[in-house]
Amino acid sequence: MFIAAALAILVTMALALTRALLGPTVYDRILAVNMFGTKTVLIIAVYGFLTGRPDFLDIALVYALINFISTIAVLKFFEYGDLGHAGTTRRKRGAR
Amino acid sequence: MLLSFLAVTAIAIVSLRDLFAVVMLFGIYSLLSASIFLVLDAVDVSFTEAAVGAGISTVLMLGTLALTARTEKKPAHLAWLPLLVVAITGAALIYGTLDMPRWGDANAPINQHVVPRYILGSLPETSVPNIVTAVLASYRGYDTLGEVTVIFTAGIGVMLLLGNGNSNRRRKKGGRKR
Repeated sequence: MFIAAALAILVTMALALTRALLGPTVYDRILAVNMFGTKTVLIIAVYGFLTGRPDFLDIALVYALINFISTIAVLKFFEYGDLGHAGTTRRKRGAR
Repeated sequence: MLLSFLAVTAIAIVSLRDLFAVVMLFGIYSLLSASIFLVLDAVDVSFTEAAVGAGISTVLMLGTLALTARTEKKPAHLAWLPLLVVAITGAALIYGTLDMPRWGDANAPINQHVVPRYILGSLPETSVPNIVTAVLASYRGYDTLGEVTVIFTAGIGVMLLLGNGNSNRRRKKGGRKR
């Protein structure tokens, strides 16, 4: 059961990797990387259960957090062009 | 399987010219190597790889991209000499591995020196279940502390170098608010 799940996740990782390699637009690649991170989280969790060590779930959780942060950084870079930008709320205040 | 993904990603990184895609692929690369470290049961290394490789360095490289150009120039000619040097070095390294003892061989020098002591003694001495963690955080605690100091100093240096232009702007903004 877990082996089947792991194989399915590996296939999905391969597909996401293909999209990241081919991806014509930037958003294809961002989405592919985000999805690849999610698949990494999943495969760590499944691998933990596969080898009888469910405590790998904690590591998977940390990976999920890191993945989230880096995706946010990438998207912010694309919205504003640099990472030091304060975001929309600060900009409104500055305009006032 | 994971290693073949790693190879595919590395080749794509070398061949692609769009630097943003390269940064994205670097993220994938470090996530992959983090999973490989995890499969090899080195949880700490895997943690570090995921945090530094996928998290911090992606952000740093994006910051660099914001300051510089987004596409790489096409090389004027194919670099045959470096390729030759790399191929020869790789062949020499592979030739070197032929002499190595089999993986997991109990009589290999690496398994004779301090490994038995760590395997037998690390749990009673440090009561850390993972041996890699015990070596990193307990036996080499001072070493790790020194590494952290080095990284911290480097971080302060980078912030001093890069943050100079921004701090003036920020000061102006703060003045306006008051």
